[in-house]
Amino acid sequence: MKTPNNIAPVLKIKDLKKSFGDHHVLHGFSMELYEGENVVIMGKSGSGKSVMIKCLVGLMQADSGFIEIEGKNLAELNEQELNILRTEIGFLFQGSALYDSMTVRENLEFPLRKRNIKAAEINKMVMETLESVGLTSAIDLMPEELSGGMKRRVALARALILKPKIIIYDEPTTGLDPITAKEIIELMKEIQLKYRTSSLIITHDIDCARVISNRMILLIDGINYIEGTFSDLLHAEDKKIRAFFK
Amino acid sequence: MAMLLKISHNITAFFTEIGELSYFAIHFFKEATKRPFEFKELLRQCYNMGNKSLLLVGVTGFILGLVFTLQSRPTLMEFGAESWMPSMVSIAIVREIGPVIIALICAGKISSGIGAELGSMRVTEQIDAMEVSGTNPFKYLVVTRIMAATLMLPLLIIFGDLIALVGSALIENLKGDVSFLLYFNKVINALKFSDIMPATGKSFFFGFAIGLVGSFKGYHCKKGTVGVGEASNSAVVYASMLLFIIDFIAVFVSDIFF
Repeated sequence: MKTPNNIAPVLKIKDLKKSFGDHHVLHGFSMELYEGENVVIMGKSGSGKSVMIKCLVGLMQADSGFIEIEGKNLAELNEQELNILRTEIGFLFQGSALYDSMTVRENLEFPLRKRNIKAAEINKMVMETLESVGLTSAIDLMPEELSGGMKRRVALARALILKPKIIIYDEPTTGLDPITAKEIIELMKEIQLKYRTSSLIITHDIDCARVISNRMILLIDGINYIEGTFSDLLHAEDKKIRAFFK
Repeated sequence: MAMLLKISHNITAFFTEIGELSYFAIHFFKEATKRPFEFKELLRQCYNMGNKSLLLVGVTGFILGLVFTLQSRPTLMEFGAESWMPSMVSIAIVREIGPVIIALICAGKISSGIGAELGSMRVTEQIDAMEVSGTNPFKYLVVTRIMAATLMLPLLIIFGDLIALVGSALIENLKGDVSFLLYFNKVINALKFSDIMPATGKSFFFGFAIGLVGSFKGYHCKKGTVGVGEASNSAVVYASMLLFIIDFIAVFVSDIFF
């Protein structure tokens, strides 16, 4: 289970397969994510990126394969154990997925419910996390009152509130204007440095991949077609890879 | 042949849905009896469903009482039996018309509301976000809504019945010169335990059906925003159908025991 450098991955996926009827989405996807690393996964729409991350957090069951997070095999966990493990993972949804009947404060407090944390401590955690995304002034606003970029920041704050070890970003810059997208990318970098998280980023945004990735994986036809640094992939000769960077 | 295939497909789909709804109900009972309980959210849902339906139920009940009395009056007068009006109206409203009409109104408001709310939460990944944060969304969203509907519907029905009787008393007062005191005195004398109990009992089942169907349709919503509309619409249709089935069973059972 150890790598040549003797570091165990925080996340390991091996030979993951998933089909919907006759439509095969994942054909045996494998990858590893190490502590403090930012791995970007790119692929065409429908290449199975979202299905893969849904399998990762137990929102979807894979047909076969192996997922290990923090040394725990996902398939062997019961519901309670899975819920505990989920607190180690922050998830930023593509559309932010803020609870629209709750204020920003309540959105952030929600994951802290039923955890025997005192109200004063909860308040402190909420303020600190909002401060790290630069949105303390929006604490009592409703999601409908926020812009797209602000929603993404609040969603990121909610993903961070439990201080997870891994953050999964599903298309973090999709639907944002270039300036806001750049701000979100910078924020992701800051958060990675501040919280020392490992990040798995699903994106179509080449700029985002260039700025944030330590390593990239290209997902084509349900498998990891190629893996390497941004520069490796940028200078690759393969037609399928070049098509991406054009 | 194509027609037969379509009919067979529809029948299979219908029974599959019944099976899924039953499984959903079993899941509800399992989760409802397990800790931790979501009291705060339950109270919020009770307030939302109860308080926000009061006006609609009140207006419906009042018009129901007015119309029922206005329509029945000429017939009773023909037989010289207008003094029976309070007894007849109260028994009819408390036993059958009040619970069924108010439950149907609530199916339209509460069930479609739950279907649309949970449906939009599903398509915007809010339910997934709850699950990922380690919260049980079924317990937080579904159990609280079904329980709130089950608890609130009997209260709304009692309220609606009372307002319907006020409407009826108003017509009797205006047209028949019967005082409110005399009217309600006759109502209290006419109503028996066997009139009130079965009606109250079945109203809990009405509430459960309304909450269950709305939650089921919303929680399993698919196909994006179109699916939200479909979930809301079919929640009303299924809940209304289920209300009549429950009513038939309730009348049948109460006929044996009361």
